[in-house]
Amino acid sequence: MHGPVATTKGEAIARAEEAAERADALRQRADWLTHAILILGVALFALPIWIVLMGSTHDVATISRGEVPLLPGPYAIENYVAAWTEGSARTTRVPVSAMMLNSFVMAILIAVGKIAISILSAYAVVFFSFPGRMLAFWAIFITLMLPVEVRIFPTFKVVSDLGMINTYAGLIVPLIASATATLLFRQFFLTIPDELVEAAKIDGAGPMRFFKDVVVPLSVTNMAALFVILFVYGWNQYLWPLLITTTGDVETIVIGIVRMIGSEADTDWHLVMATTVLALLPPVAIVILMQRWFVKGLVETEK
Amino acid sequence: MATLELRGIRKSFGAVHVLHGIDLQVAEGEFIVIVGASGCGKSTLLRIVAGLETATEGSVLIGGADVTRLEPKDRDIAMVFQNYALYPHMSVFDNMAYGLRIRGLPRAEIEGRVRRTAEMLGLGELLRRKPRELSGGQRQRVAMGRAIVREPKLFLFDEPLSNLDAKLRVQMRAEIKRLQRRLGVTSLYVTHDQVEAMTLGDRLVVMNGGRAEQVATPMEVWREPANIYVAGFIGAPAMNFLHGRLCSEGDAVDLRAGCAIALAAPPAGVSDAEVTVGIRPEHVRISSHGAAGAIPLKVDLVEPLGAESLIHGILPSGEGLTVRATDCSPLAGTSLPIVLPAEHLHLFGGDGRRLRLAHARNATARVRAGA
Repeated sequence: MHGPVATTKGEAIARAEEAAERADALRQRADWLTHAILILGVALFALPIWIVLMGSTHDVATISRGEVPLLPGPYAIENYVAAWTEGSARTTRVPVSAMMLNSFVMAILIAVGKIAISILSAYAVVFFSFPGRMLAFWAIFITLMLPVEVRIFPTFKVVSDLGMINTYAGLIVPLIASATATLLFRQFFLTIPDELVEAAKIDGAGPMRFFKDVVVPLSVTNMAALFVILFVYGWNQYLWPLLITTTGDVETIVIGIVRMIGSEADTDWHLVMATTVLALLPPVAIVILMQRWFVKGLVETEK
Repeated sequence: MATLELRGIRKSFGAVHVLHGIDLQVAEGEFIVIVGASGCGKSTLLRIVAGLETATEGSVLIGGADVTRLEPKDRDIAMVFQNYALYPHMSVFDNMAYGLRIRGLPRAEIEGRVRRTAEMLGLGELLRRKPRELSGGQRQRVAMGRAIVREPKLFLFDEPLSNLDAKLRVQMRAEIKRLQRRLGVTSLYVTHDQVEAMTLGDRLVVMNGGRAEQVATPMEVWREPANIYVAGFIGAPAMNFLHGRLCSEGDAVDLRAGCAIALAAPPAGVSDAEVTVGIRPEHVRISSHGAAGAIPLKVDLVEPLGAESLIHGILPSGEGLTVRATDCSPLAGTSLPIVLPAEHLHLFGGDGRRLRLAHARNATARVRAGA
């Protein structure tokens, strides 16, 4: 009466099996399609990197002829040694090792500085009540929301008046405050129960002691996650270092790559490619090394 | 160990007045329980003693010294929080040792004190665990341990058992009582649970709307509640309240439910007035049909609890009444004759305050038929 009724038990079982098979086939097709899309995506992202990687193993002539090699060539070691020790002889003449060091110092100091400053300002905003607290928070927040590009001329003027052109300080200080990190820490601190603060007060911990003994240890996973993001941010800085570095002494690798590309005839493409691969390594290494902390941060939710 | 004295504590948050002048004197080693419904200001009072809030007016004296303006750490107190507030990243040992380390005690002394306390609380095996690896009861114990190792002048407990399940709560309640006896530290314990209050406290402070309604021993509070609020709050199931009128001579009370009960002695200075008559469910007597002075109670619901039953019924006046009876479980809908013994009546005046009866305990019931 209500839809088709199976006449026998056997028929019903057969029908059920058939339906299950059909579902399986459908699922397999769906799996296949999903994988195809994913593989396409991976190829799209990985192919340029593959070309760069392969290009860095050929000599300058191959690339200058306009070939795009997809297979490794015989010059890998020579190219990397040349880039690392000498750099591009025809353009910058700064060894990549020096530029890497500059980038590394800048990225580390920006990441560490941003974390240090934002955790302290978030601590002040969350745990202390002082007049104009919310005003202070929003002032910090809104000012820092402006990207470097918007305030680049006044910032440049200030930095140059302070004589910080071509110094690490000039590279780092203008980038060192972070609204995002301040906000993230603030949100995290708001989840720390009031009772914990009060327990520490009764235990006799002052504000700095509480910060050092309780807040910082609890924030370690957040700090690690932020460090990864901020390190990559610092490493990839382009516009600001471009303005502030005029000599090779504090030149970062991102700027170095740009300077290596002179006119078409002068460019050591094989070295540019090798340098690019080298420039990729530290951020990748940081992400891979810190991955454990991410996972830990996700698993350890209980407070 | 120290005495505690509160003098005229008032607290306002802006225009909201939370405490309206609390006075309290706590003797050395005494266990005081502050009990009241949520929002009565009991936690605020505790936090003022702890120094986590500052009183708008009044002063706090610990061991005779005025600490009103001192920081929590300078008051030499220890507090156990409702959610334990253990440091999640520290081991049990470090949680207990933290306060001692800040005070700069020598390492060996810290080690010794923590181990002794941990042994006392049965935490010896757990010292290296993190709080998240402990059960609720164990965390509770660590929170207690953290307070005990400090050897403070005063213990403050802020509803420490309300996050535990019922069985564990009973167990920890006894344990807290035993510990407090053994250590002899003056304690202030806040709870909304009247059973906890009755069992733990040497004296209770029953609070309502920012006022201390009564400060007395648990049995005094139970036997002679100072007003309707206290009478209704302490005791489970709660006291029954009936409308009545004190006759012009003041020596008998006419219940709206349809009977008059003679009082052995008239309440001082009151007669011919509306009163509220209170009687605890366990004091209502079940009589036999046709007995003199019996009121018919229409049984509405019977809750058997094993050893006894709670009988909820309705009096002829429409007022509800609960009876706690052993060996009696009538069917719902039937009529049950009950008697309210005069010696167990509590009389409250129009302002809700208890009317003092002279020798009320020895009163005999004299029933005027028909009323």
